[in-house]
Amino acid sequence: MRAVEIAKQVSSGEISARSVLEQHFETINNLETQVNAFNIVTIEEALKEADEIDSKIASGEKLGPLAGVPIAVKDNICTRGLETTCSSKILEGWKPPYNATVIDKLKQADAILIGKTNCDEFAMGSSTENSAFGPTRNPHNLELVPGGSSGGSAAAVAAGFSPLALGSDTGGSIRQPAALCGVVGVKPTYGRVSRYGLVAFASSLDQIGPFANTVSDAALSLEIISGYDPRDSTSISEDSPDILGVLNEGIEGMRIGVIEELSGKGLDGISTDVLSRVEEATKVFSKAGAIVESASVPASTYGLSAYYVIAPAEASSNLARYDGIRFGPRTEAATTAETMTATRTKGFGDEVKRRIMLGTYALSAGYYDAYYGKSQKVRTLIMNDFAEAYEKFDILISPTAPTTAFPLGEKTTDPMQMYLQDVCTIPSNLAGHPAMSVPFGLGSDGMPIGVQILAPAMAEQNMFRAARVLELESGE
Amino acid sequence: MVNELNDSSLNGWETVIGLEVHAELATKTKMFSSALNSFGGAPNSNTDPVSLGLPGSLPVLNEKAVELAIRVGLALNCQVQKSVFARKNYFYPDMPKAYQISQFDLPINKDGWLELPDGRRIGIERAHLEEDTGKITHIGGGGRIHEASYSLIDYNRSGVPLIEIVGAPDLRSSEDAKEYVSELRAILVTIGASDGKMEEGSLRVDCNVSVRKEEDEEFGTRCEIKNINSLRSLGKAIEYEARRQVELIESGQNVEQQTRHWDEAEGRTHKLRSKEEAFDYRYFPEPDLVPVEPSTEWINEIADSLPPLPRERRHELAKAVGVGPTETSLVVQRNLDGFAVEAISLKADPSRVLVHLENNLADGIGELTAKSFALLTLMEVDGELTATQAKTVLADLVKSGGNPKEIAANHGFESMDNSEIEEIVDRIIEENLDDWNAYVDGDEVEKKKKSGFFVGLVMKETKGQADGKIVNQILSAKSAN
Repeated sequence: MRAVEIAKQVSSGEISARSVLEQHFETINNLETQVNAFNIVTIEEALKEADEIDSKIASGEKLGPLAGVPIAVKDNICTRGLETTCSSKILEGWKPPYNATVIDKLKQADAILIGKTNCDEFAMGSSTENSAFGPTRNPHNLELVPGGSSGGSAAAVAAGFSPLALGSDTGGSIRQPAALCGVVGVKPTYGRVSRYGLVAFASSLDQIGPFANTVSDAALSLEIISGYDPRDSTSISEDSPDILGVLNEGIEGMRIGVIEELSGKGLDGISTDVLSRVEEATKVFSKAGAIVESASVPASTYGLSAYYVIAPAEASSNLARYDGIRFGPRTEAATTAETMTATRTKGFGDEVKRRIMLGTYALSAGYYDAYYGKSQKVRTLIMNDFAEAYEKFDILISPTAPTTAFPLGEKTTDPMQMYLQDVCTIPSNLAGHPAMSVPFGLGSDGMPIGVQILAPAMAEQNMFRAARVLELESGE
Repeated sequence: MVNELNDSSLNGWETVIGLEVHAELATKTKMFSSALNSFGGAPNSNTDPVSLGLPGSLPVLNEKAVELAIRVGLALNCQVQKSVFARKNYFYPDMPKAYQISQFDLPINKDGWLELPDGRRIGIERAHLEEDTGKITHIGGGGRIHEASYSLIDYNRSGVPLIEIVGAPDLRSSEDAKEYVSELRAILVTIGASDGKMEEGSLRVDCNVSVRKEEDEEFGTRCEIKNINSLRSLGKAIEYEARRQVELIESGQNVEQQTRHWDEAEGRTHKLRSKEEAFDYRYFPEPDLVPVEPSTEWINEIADSLPPLPRERRHELAKAVGVGPTETSLVVQRNLDGFAVEAISLKADPSRVLVHLENNLADGIGELTAKSFALLTLMEVDGELTATQAKTVLADLVKSGGNPKEIAANHGFESMDNSEIEEIVDRIIEENLDDWNAYVDGDEVEKKKKSGFFVGLVMKETKGQADGKIVNQILSAKSAN
């Protein structure tokens, strides 16, 4: 059942929040051992909350817009008293003394947290194979990856474990797994959603966003988690956008550009299946009255290179605090420095170490200008190119991921191949713009394909209107 | 390594000193969170997710800290500008995030100066905002890190706002350096930016020292000295370090650029690390904070709210007294300049005001009012009271107030007639002829010694009622005859 429906029926007393939960827990019981979407499932706490909601309904209290809706949350978002590990050994057992702002907002809306989802360690990866607690598998085909890094959240929604999930997107970590699992995934405008309580990977790129089965469920949950937060200095001082209100307005006259550099012409490795779905999407948009043309964002092809300097640089600093001194497991050694080294050597996985080293190098004296400085210039170029494109277009489209879901283990030994999974999604993070993936048909392998819709900063409404048009075409 | 340093003077060598002063800003809460900024609480009581650097926590800039930093900048004649926070990365357990949020290429204040009491201007390169670290106590092994059995960390200080004031290498002696720090501290306290307590660590000084031949134009290789906890140690550390460097050069060796540690107990500096071992802090712009762009309006508002600074007060008092500003610095330091100006406006004798405030009112003015103070100085000038008597009356006024005339009368102070004093002088000369001859024939030193002797005897005889100046005049006149 869709989240909007659940909230409506729970609020009206048609169904109980407890029965909704029990249904979802049954699905989890049946499939979770195979999918491994969760690091922890909070059955007892969730049932307690469901009962509280039901008794409030019984006593005639008015409830929030997500009344009784189960939600799964990526394990890099802090939950008070509940283990938050980022799927890393270095945070095993750590229970934050506070909630992320998004968690408080969800609670205020009467959503029910049902568990913390698996991800690539510290959100670094595109397959959820870099988890210290084992990989998550794609519910559509257990031999394949769900994408990543928010693979657990995408899989949880795709498998019917939860109608909603939250993930975080630094370079595509919501959109790419959404595409590979056949669900809707949204990266909002940078600053739309508070990052307070999101364990930082790359602070200037990270953004929390929702997963859902439908565009309207995604819209509803985005409305709830958005809004200015005084605890996040990069938070935008604007109220949540009214997305649901404009969702069905159609796209008559909307100017839509297909980013040619990300749609086969500038990049190798984008599968013909994926390209033909993007092509199909343009037809749907045209039919709906939009003006669809080819668009150019030349610098977007440098996005991946710039990203793999900026993100690791910030990560090398953000992850320096995991030293075993104040929290998390500690590996004792003779001196303080050796203790820190031993703790980090044991606690971090290979990909995390790789990026810490990359980032440390990029920020080192004598290299800063050549790497970090230059990457920031590329970032500015990308922003400029987007700005130019948005003079002609209201929204842009491209593939979300270059391929459909791939087999476990296929890319783990070749980091570059793995990094290429995010080639189409990274530019939006560098620009700080919103972008989302909408499921739009299947590949010849029978696996889902997502189309990415990109919009300028704060233009989530247009992005969602177009997404809704694609969704209608798919028969939702 | 030079182990024993003789006390040879630095003949022909000049010491070049630049100071980096860290001052804790007097805010209610921390730089980036609402945890309290207060000294002396139970360990780790003033902490929160931000000051502990917990995963997911984010810094939010305290506006008061920015305001105080701007106050400092304006008081130090700096240019206040748009600034950007940066992360300074290094691993140390007192630094919970393993990076310190500081400012790097765009500090909030730059290019200012501070005027020493003697009128020399010392350049201020920058004064930027940053956060303080936690505090580590090593247990066992005499408190030294290497022998300690374990260490305790108190994060109460973590995230306390600091301003780091980087002075130009314009200072030339340990005295200069001490004066600079005193002046800086006075400014910080006056404008309410910091309590300036060195003993509580709210004011900390790192010191860059190099030496060069007086005729040289280039600076020598410098060493940075850390762990200086008082003005006294600052002076000692500079003197030690300058001698060490001179001896190295004179014995044909080079000074190596180093960070050195001042050892108070041993009275010497130790090598901490060389330039090659210096940390690479990997500075980059702090992505969790936005640039600080104070509006001109706000800056002007802050400028208007600044109280008169020590320099201005020295000049004002100097003008009132009719002396150079150097001579009023002690009174301003004691915060008695306002009182002095008031007394002078009530017709007090300016030079007596200055003398008393410098010499006789070190412990404050107590019950003394500007009016009675003014009257007292007039009585002195009119010859109603000798200096010694005035001092006694002043002490009474400080203790319990009152009218100086009445107090003087109660003490039976009446100034003596000159002829009366002359008689006493003659008698004393008769009784001490040998000393008198020594006075008459002696050189200047001897004369001074003997005059002291005679004045002392006259004072004893007159129970302090004679004016020492008059006695000297009589002695001098008699010896000339």
